[in-house]
Amino acid sequence: MTQLDDLYKEIILDHYRRPRSKGALPVPPAHRGHGFNPLCGDEVTVDVLVEDGRVTDVMFEGRGCAISQASASMMCELVSGKTVEAVAADFDLFRSMLGVDVGATGSEAAFEAGGEPGRQLGDAESLQGVREFPSRIKCATLSWNTLTGALAGEDEFTETDT
Amino acid sequence: MNDDLGARVRGDFPILARRVNGHDLHYLDSGASSQRPAPVIDAMDDYYRRHHANIHRGAHTLGDEATQMYEDARARVASFLHARDPAEVVFTKNVTEALNLVAKAWGGANLGPGDRIVCSTMEHHANIVPWFQVAAQTGAHVEWIPLTDDGLLDMDAAARLIDGAAVVACTATSNVLGTITPIAEVCRLAAEAGALSVVDAAQLVPHMGADVEAIGCDVLGFTGHKVCGPTGIGVLWGRRELLDAMPPFLGGGEMIADVTFDGFTPAPVPLKFEAGTMPIAEAVGLHAAIDYVDAIGFDAIRAHEVELLRYAFDRLDASFGDKITVHGPRDLGVRSGIVSFTLGDVHPHDLATILDQHGVAIRAGHHCAKPLMSHLGVMATARASFYLYSNRADVDALVDGLEHALALFEI
Repeated sequence: MTQLDDLYKEIILDHYRRPRSKGALPVPPAHRGHGFNPLCGDEVTVDVLVEDGRVTDVMFEGRGCAISQASASMMCELVSGKTVEAVAADFDLFRSMLGVDVGATGSEAAFEAGGEPGRQLGDAESLQGVREFPSRIKCATLSWNTLTGALAGEDEFTETDT
Repeated sequence: MNDDLGARVRGDFPILARRVNGHDLHYLDSGASSQRPAPVIDAMDDYYRRHHANIHRGAHTLGDEATQMYEDARARVASFLHARDPAEVVFTKNVTEALNLVAKAWGGANLGPGDRIVCSTMEHHANIVPWFQVAAQTGAHVEWIPLTDDGLLDMDAAARLIDGAAVVACTATSNVLGTITPIAEVCRLAAEAGALSVVDAAQLVPHMGADVEAIGCDVLGFTGHKVCGPTGIGVLWGRRELLDAMPPFLGGGEMIADVTFDGFTPAPVPLKFEAGTMPIAEAVGLHAAIDYVDAIGFDAIRAHEVELLRYAFDRLDASFGDKITVHGPRDLGVRSGIVSFTLGDVHPHDLATILDQHGVAIRAGHHCAKPLMSHLGVMATARASFYLYSNRADVDALVDGLEHALALFEI
């Protein structure tokens, strides 16, 4: 059951039970994105405020499994205060960590496993174990895809494939 | 003792011998799709090795053999359903296609503005979406039979709603709640109202069989892969006079009597509804599957599943008390071998992942019944479902896995 212990680390369950940055921002000036996975019903809403190319505030609401909700909480914590470009780079790194091909984005991002914990992606690094559960990768990426859509001015994100 | 059935038939299902994630497989997802016994796999293998050709084209020995096997399968389905006439049996891809065929072909020709289509709140999307589609085209609309608190059809409301309706589309067994509906009574109300009764028997046929005369329906659909048969084949049974009067659904080869430069004349039933090359090997496999379950007998299958349900309820109650919410009726007399539940604040998808690591396969999600999920006030449930090969060890593994899930989430 080592794989399960890797998947449901204590820090993941802590974010699931006590999500950081849970709530809503006034829209506008914040931009809101809705993310939905029709296969499993996971839902997430991400409100993001961007000032001078920088994420100055980000909050989420959602319902779903531990992985999707913890990932949203960790993501909000990680990207707050970063430039839009740095957020995109983080998402590439996050996907690379989960074994998702990021080649299409032209990014050279590669997650280095085994480094100092939290150095690259903060608490979101604890989601590494999801890599071994292919059917759950979309749970981890839902909030990231929703945020990416919101930053690009798209209101709706529906999971189709990874 | 009925509990012996699981042990007796288990060896017939090769897949049940495999291991998953280091554990014996405990397959509790038969509600989504059953497994196949060796006789079904062998029948299809033999068909492909010795008999395959296209059907209904005469001309050579293999074609004659394949045609005979396909039509034998139809006759077997007819006797299985207690139908008067094999021509009342139309092969489709699955029950979804069967229900679409009725909604589009019959509904398109017979429904109009203001007509009411009555669905139950526990329908699968396959018996909802086609009716929404035809309603949008014809001006008809969909109304819902509500449920009682214990997950039964509210029959007083049903009687009121069915009065004056054009169509009654109702499941015989809920794929989420396990509720066995009083489908004969629903069809009697429909007949009194002059409404078309459409029965989704996908979850009834594998566990209890179906007698279309006793049910008194106009049309009924079921699917092969839930009754130990192959994927890719379903059945639409319909009253002969109704099928005769219905326009064809798909157009193409096989379904015509004649085609000229001016138009076409459809073939008589059932070929009128079987356009293109049909799933022939799958019909042969379905024939073998029906022979298999019929030889065991639905009395034995049902008794075995009720026994397992009782065992599962006892173990789940004893182990999880008020941490577990099981949906649907507690009266085992009206419950099929389906247990949908939520456990503490562990999301059903997390439960499914954890159970899978114990070799236990369950379904998690909305089960293609989102109106019902909305009625229950949940986003998703976990669902364990039994069949003739399930046994107490499967239930024990389920309980062990759920205990692990709770322990894992206790931080």
